Parts: sequence; C-alpha cells; structure tokens
Amino acid sequence: MMQLAVQNEPLLNVDNLVVEYGLGNKTVHAVSGVSLHVARGETLGLVGESGCGKSTLGRAVLQLRRAKSGRVLFDGEDLSAMEGEALRKMRRRVQLIFQDPIASLNPRRRIGDIVAEPLIIAGVKDAAERKRRVHDVLSAVGLDPDLVAGRLPHEFSGGQCQRICIARSLVLNPEFIVCDEPVSALDVSIRAQILNLLEEMKARFGLTLLFIAHDLAVVKAVSDRVAVMYLGRLCEVGRSEQLFAKPAHPYTGLLLEAIPVPDPDVRPAESVAIGEPPSPIAPPSGCRFRTRCPRADQRCSAEIPELREVAPGQFAACHHPLA
Amino acid sequence: MSAPLLTIADVAVELPTPRGNLRAVDHVDLSLEAGRTLGIVGESGCGKTMLSRAILQLLPKKAKLSGRVMFDGQDLVRLAPESLRRLRARDLAVVFQDPMTSLNPVLTIGTQLMETIQEHLELDAPAARKRSIELLAAVGIPAPEQRLAQYPHQCSGGMRQRIAIAIALSCEPKLLIADEPTTALDVTIQAQILDLLAREQRRRHMAMIIITHDLGVVAGRADEVAVMYAGRVVERAPTQALFKRMHMPYTEALLAAIPKLETAPHTPLPAISGRPPDPTRPLKGCSFAQRCRYAAGRCHEAKPELKSAEMPGHLYACFHPIQMAEGIGA
Repeated sequence: MMQLAVQNEPLLNVDNLVVEYGLGNKTVHAVSGVSLHVARGETLGLVGESGCGKSTLGRAVLQLRRAKSGRVLFDGEDLSAMEGEALRKMRRRVQLIFQDPIASLNPRRRIGDIVAEPLIIAGVKDAAERKRRVHDVLSAVGLDPDLVAGRLPHEFSGGQCQRICIARSLVLNPEFIVCDEPVSALDVSIRAQILNLLEEMKARFGLTLLFIAHDLAVVKAVSDRVAVMYLGRLCEVGRSEQLFAKPAHPYTGLLLEAIPVPDPDVRPAESVAIGEPPSPIAPPSGCRFRTRCPRADQRCSAEIPELREVAPGQFAACHHPLA
Repeated sequence: MSAPLLTIADVAVELPTPRGNLRAVDHVDLSLEAGRTLGIVGESGCGKTMLSRAILQLLPKKAKLSGRVMFDGQDLVRLAPESLRRLRARDLAVVFQDPMTSLNPVLTIGTQLMETIQEHLELDAPAARKRSIELLAAVGIPAPEQRLAQYPHQCSGGMRQRIAIAIALSCEPKLLIADEPTTALDVTIQAQILDLLAREQRRRHMAMIIITHDLGVVAGRADEVAVMYAGRVVERAPTQALFKRMHMPYTEALLAAIPKLETAPHTPLPAISGRPPDPTRPLKGCSFAQRCRYAAGRCHEAKPELKSAEMPGHLYACFHPIQMAEGIGA
C-alpha cells in the first residue's frame, strides 16, 4: 500500500536524455534518448551490462556529466539548465555513492573530516553543530563515532568504508541518492549488511533512490521498479515483481536466465546469450539488441522500437515482446 | 574408484606480515579425481586463492608452506624447480580472475599462445600456429586467424578470458584451476565462459577446480564443494548434499545472505553480522563462532575438527551442526 501512495508525484524526471563522449574523432553513444521518472520515496533499480550507459546516466542526473540534449527535472526544476551556485545548492539535495568505497575516501584524511566535508561546503559554520551531525550520521550507519572519527580509511574494511561513504552522503539530509553499484565490490556476507543498511536509511531519512547495479537479484532486493538498459537505451521498465516474473523484453529474459542460481537442482541453461554487446561507438541500427536477439527480424534493424505499455505498469521497447 | 589425481594433505601456508604471521591456509586436506570438478567457495581473505597457489607452487617467496601436494603420483612440494616448470604448463594449468593482467599486454595473442605450445609440445612454428587457430576456434573466438595478430587490449574482457582459457588448455592439462574465472565479467558473459569450461572439461576428461565467492557459480557445475572460512575447510560435500543438507552454520549463512530472485522486494536479507577474524591472531575456538547464531560455550574454547557426516564424503567442522539426522552429530 505504501508503494502505491508514493507513485503520484515524481521527484526526478529524466526526459529524452542524450549523453555522448568524444573518443578521438569518434563518438561514444553512451545514453541515447532515455526517459524515466522516480517517484518520491521510491527506489528505481537500473540494470544492465558494463558499458550500457547506466553509470553515465546516473552521473548525468547529478550533472557531473552534462547531457548533449534532454532534460533532468528534479522536484520540478531543470538541473540541466542550472549552473554555478544554483547547481551547488541543489546538489545538497542529491548525493552519490560509488562502487569502490575504499577508493572514494581520501586516504590521508580522518573519517570525521571526510564526513564533515559536505557540511563545510554547504556553509555550516558552527563547528559544534558539524560535530554533532557527523556524530549522528555515523551512529546511524552503525559505526561508533567516538572510535571511528579520528581514524584513517585504511584502518577499515571495504564494508565499513561503504558505511562511511553512506554516512557522508547522508550528512546533508539529502532527498535523493544515486547509488552506483554500491555493493559490487563487497563480499556476499557484507553485501547483505550494506543492502539492509540502505533500506533502513531510506526509511529513516525518507530517501528516494536510483540504484544502479549489474546484479538483477541485488536490484530486485531493494527496488520498487526496475529499468533495464542496453547499449544506451531502455529496454524495459516495470514493477520489480512483475518484470522479474514476466519479462517482456528478450534482453531482460536473457539476463534473468544467465544468473547462476545457488541451487544444484537448477541445471544451468546452455548459454542463452549470443556473443557480446556491440560497441557503443557504432551501435546497431533499429533495435540495438537485435544482433544478440533470437527473435530479431528485418523490422528490428529498420525501425527503432519505442517503449510501450505491454501490461499495466510494464513498458518494453521491442517489436516482438515475449508472451 | 580410481586413485585421486590430486591429493592435498595437511597443507598450511603462513605469510610473514609486519603484524605477525598470517595463517592463510590452515591445515587443509582435499582430493580430486580425473574428470571431476571441485568448487572451492569462500569470501575474500578466506585462503582459497592461497590454497590454489600452494597447489601450483606459486606462493609468494616469503610464504611458508607445509604439508603435501600429491599430483599424479608426485609430491609437488618436493619437486625440483625444472620438473615443476614442465609439469605446470603441461599437466597443471590455471586461469586467473583478471585476464587483462594475466595476459602480456605487449605481446600478440598469437605469440603468447604459440610460445606455450612450442615450448611444451615441441611443435614447429607452422604446426603451433595451426594448433593455436584450432584452440581459439574451440573456445568460441570468431575469426581466430585475425585474432592471432591482435594485442590483449584490442579484445573485450570476455574475449581475453577465452584466450586465457585457450592458453591454459593448449597443452591438454590433466588439472585446470580456474580462480574466480568470471568475477570480472558480466553475467551474460559469465554464463558463456562457465559453459565453455564445462564443455572442454567433459571433452578432455580433465579435473577442474573452480574457485569462487559465488555459491551460484558452483551449484550447477561442481561435483563436490568445499567451503573455506578463515583458512580452513569448514564443510565439504557432494554438491547436492552441501546445498540441501548443509551442516555448517557458515554455509547456511552464506547461502541465506545471497539475494534471491524469488524473494519479494524490500525483504530484509539475513546478513551475517560482523566480519571474518584477523588472520594474524589465532583464535582458540571456532573461527566462525563470533558471527554464528548457534555458537555456545564450547565454540569459543576449542576448534571443531572436520568430521564425517552420515553421508559418505560429507565433512563438517562444527560443534552444533544444523540439519542433522536423528542420533548422529555432536
């Protein structure tokens, strides 16, 4: 019921976003016209293979990488048109957590200072106030502030470093966090701790999340809706349960089949995947997935499939969706 | 039953560190027959990679190794370096996690493949070239002749891993050790590489060890699985038994902590609290006791030895095993 209640008003609206990188005289088509929204209080999972543009999309949302065209509306305001001080102010409300927690902490700075840094940038002048907020947020992520604040990142394990990164992202009381593969670098046992922590923090601080990952099971564990991305375009968007139970896009189906199941009775399907993704420098015409798709025909190379509703709340961009 | 191809007996590895000796592998026994697959599963730092390096005799120079590694009738620990070198590339092959660092970036694929083949199979250059092309085709590389002239950076991660497998298979090894062979790869590529390994293994009747942190990778593909924790094998069983009737709480916890596709979103995961113990500080009791929900007094006082379960070939090291049949157990 709670999930239904939050569907009303999108906090984030991404409209036909195009992001390209120059590579010598070539162009990498990283994100090619993606539209999506994230409702207030919702977690949208974004999945896809390496190089599909999911991280680029996350960065473009935060304006860390400017889009070539398209718009990013956050709480009704166009981030893509913002610059300087206005953008900096807006960034207090949107934060980012990275994949490699150890690399994203400055090895020479103490944890207390690392977590206080966003407060300083945001202009919180009162040192006692900063200290109090750092203390609170470190306790919230399950660390003992008195033991942790004076130490350096190398004294912590990967899981603890990710807790510190989460604390840093929470210290300004943001509304929206982009989590870019936050658990891929962690061991299974630690991964579960961090996923649970993210869920707790989301509830406690009333967060909205864009959760980027390549692991479908991890994405499902935390997401209300899931968007599947392939080579710069969205293939499918839908409610988590529905999308996993009845994938409509052949690529979603293929991703699901490729997951190794920790059950010896489930015989691994003979590689359903056909070859490797093509280069985003020269993406295929029409449907970008057609070169690996068992269902592809002539129409798929001639005509770009649009996202359309295949079932209530489930959208797929495919000329020949799975039944 | 044939004699095992590989028998590891009481193998221990210690690494000196500034904080004292690190017990990376703590008295491990394992065996493996030709044509079978053994999965070694555990988290980072559990000693699984060090164990594989102890088998290959590729440990860091300062490491102290004890125990025996019997391979095909010879004790590798006592073998002369030259014999070991010949054995390693020919009968004993390895595929590492990161194909970018295991291939030489300044040599072409062809040079790297043909070097191995010429050295160990004593073929001339044209024959080695022909064999290289066959091998690349066998591991699913399109246009193998053109690939020979390319460098590793011109290939994708999946292609590089296929090449590394081709090199490993080039001399028809009796044992292939695959150390996290798909961890660096995408899930769709992972499935293809695991299939490739399984197919080549069947065809060549090789023995294979798959080392991984992902229980999903070994579930459908290994005959037997050994779970390692803090340097020790804490449970070992035929794959079916390990997944269906595990006795070691750590195995249960590890399996439970994996997010499952069939679970509804926002279900809290049964996480394992805390983290593995410091390997430079030997513990008196069971190394998992501090994180174990079943731990009681004795677990912190004495180390549980590996012992047999009701089923042949199933071993576990626990004072409070789970899922025990009536009348058996601690």
